[in-house]
Amino acid sequence: MRRLAPMLLAALAFLAAACEKKTQPAPSGEGGTQATQQGKPATPGGEAPAGADVILLGQVGALTGGQATFGISTRNGIEMAIKEANAAGGVKGKKLAIRVYDNQSKPEEAAQATTRLITQDKVVLILGDVASSNSLAMAEKAQAAGVPMITPSSTNTTVTQKGDYIFRVCFIDPFQGYVMAKFAREDLKLNKVAVLQDNKSAYSIDLSDVFTRKFTEMGGKVTTTESYSQGDTDYRAQLTAIRKTQPDGIYVPGYYSEVGVIARQAREVGLKVPLMGGDGWDSEKLFELGGSAIQGSYFSNHYSPDNPDPRVQKFIADYKAAYGSVPDALAALGYDAARVALAALERAKDLSGPSVRDAIAQTKDFPGVAGTITLDDKRNAVKSAVVLKVGDGKTEYVTTVNP
Amino acid sequence: MAQLLQHLINGLAAGTIYALVALGYTMVYGVLKLINFAHGDVMMVGVYMGYATAFVLGREARSSLLGVALIFAVAMLGCALLGFLIERFAYRPLREKPRLTALITAIGISFALSYGFQLDIGFLPGASPRAFPEVIEPTEWLIIGDRDVVVWNWQVISFLIAVALMVGLQYLVFRTRFGRAMRAVSWDHRVAALMGIPTDRVIALTFMLGSALAAGAGLLYAIKDTSVSPLMGLYVGLKAFVAAVIGGIGHVPGAVVGALVLGLVEEFVVGYAASTWRDAVAFGFLILVLLVKPGGLFGRVAAEKV
Repeated sequence: MRRLAPMLLAALAFLAAACEKKTQPAPSGEGGTQATQQGKPATPGGEAPAGADVILLGQVGALTGGQATFGISTRNGIEMAIKEANAAGGVKGKKLAIRVYDNQSKPEEAAQATTRLITQDKVVLILGDVASSNSLAMAEKAQAAGVPMITPSSTNTTVTQKGDYIFRVCFIDPFQGYVMAKFAREDLKLNKVAVLQDNKSAYSIDLSDVFTRKFTEMGGKVTTTESYSQGDTDYRAQLTAIRKTQPDGIYVPGYYSEVGVIARQAREVGLKVPLMGGDGWDSEKLFELGGSAIQGSYFSNHYSPDNPDPRVQKFIADYKAAYGSVPDALAALGYDAARVALAALERAKDLSGPSVRDAIAQTKDFPGVAGTITLDDKRNAVKSAVVLKVGDGKTEYVTTVNP
Repeated sequence: MAQLLQHLINGLAAGTIYALVALGYTMVYGVLKLINFAHGDVMMVGVYMGYATAFVLGREARSSLLGVALIFAVAMLGCALLGFLIERFAYRPLREKPRLTALITAIGISFALSYGFQLDIGFLPGASPRAFPEVIEPTEWLIIGDRDVVVWNWQVISFLIAVALMVGLQYLVFRTRFGRAMRAVSWDHRVAALMGIPTDRVIALTFMLGSALAAGAGLLYAIKDTSVSPLMGLYVGLKAFVAAVIGGIGHVPGAVVGALVLGLVEEFVVGYAASTWRDAVAFGFLILVLLVKPGGLFGRVAAEKV
């Protein structure tokens, strides 16, 4: 035992490290090649250089690294909005230009790039980023300098709590819980739902808490709440316990990497009811991991390319013409964020920080491609979400749920 | 009652897989007094070898009996080779150094494998989890009541493969010349060397054997849970290590018993208490066993040490 002691000690250290390192797999993304290099500012939207008759905006985005597809989609959406605005004569009679910096998918780079936009480039407004951890780092700097910032797609509640200069044009995490509760109760007419949450993810716990509360308020019953940890691959024990409560559906607000496997094992233990989730499901990988078991399940998302709204369809056609692919939710939100920003600049009495901030805060019933945007007093967008149904290798638009 | 039976089946299925991995830990500890932390990651590499083989075979060939045998053969032989290389180039040069040096090296190899495999270049698979192809077409083997208890064909097959591998190992260790040499080395490798036993070769073979078992276990795990990722080895390896310590590290049947106990404890905690408590109870159980019997459940029976 004496000889074993140091080994066990080291083993414990290792154990701690191993538990720490089990992170959510980063979305695998190609396409870092076309990224803007850090330190080499690009002005894709505005041909004109920064000058007296140009309004300069800034974007910080993950153009390289694990979240590269997020940043590139967002940049494309923003670029498109600015090109359209310039073609229509600009804002306040001035042309628009945007400076884009890469944050390499890292919060510390995001903070640095934000400081650079504020102090060197003196932008009037900052857009970005997708991952909430990056946006939080940016918000800190933007708030301190009094430069308005709009994040297109960071859903973590705390981002806009950084201060009164920070806005977002997407809904926040808890809203998705409400959306699914409403959809389950009113559209699917479910009475009894079981919840299976990821205990390692604040996102998942948020969604499941709100879902449970709202679903119960609407007269439904949550039969049981089971949990798992990110990285698990065996959920049979939880699912067997869930099966005993005979639910009509299961709410699984996790990430695609686990949900696919959960769906397979749910079918295996004899649960044939639909699964429901949030935007963490939104990945091509879901179809591979879930196979046929995940088909017929539902999740809430920001936007669907199948939305028949002509405004959405025009955006998709224009985006396809410019970038050759169907825009994802992040491109749509980037486009919306830029358009909300431009409308606010037009409304603002001058281009100073406080005036622009006040103008953004007044955004109401703004017709975005990813839903109608109204900003509440907490600077979050109150807007509709879409519910998608998982099909064979693709998703189908089901309905839009309003707040 | 039916639910109890279902949990029992699930727990046993998880336990047998932990057992196969735990055997590798326990054998290497037996001969070298080294906790080979890279063991779980060797298992992960074996799973990806099986994945690649299944991919090359295609949908038809991989679900035939010959296809499954080929997948297991490639993964197990490949891992035996990997185990040999790791022992030869990472551990053997450190044999006479303080034991902690080898332990840190093991952790280094573990991280090199699990994080190296997350790269997306060449043959490396990248960080995203993948779905393991269905090599055994799932069919229900036994159904009790209104699907209250379901036993799948692959659960039975996995169980049989695991038992066969364990029986084979038991035979090898206690009934063959190599097994006797292995036990002698575990007793005292210097004295064993003086008796003319080629200790280096015995140790290398022990590593190869343990790694091959890990590959087999990994494939059963992948067939069971369908999702494979480069970090799976850290997780399964950790659980198997705990199982080996519960059973009394260095003790072959102890590892199997420890693993089955751990598998069942986890399953019943999740099934009847809160699923949040699973790991807490599993590791709490480890601490309890070590407090009561510091050498593990079977640790005192030194005569059977391997």
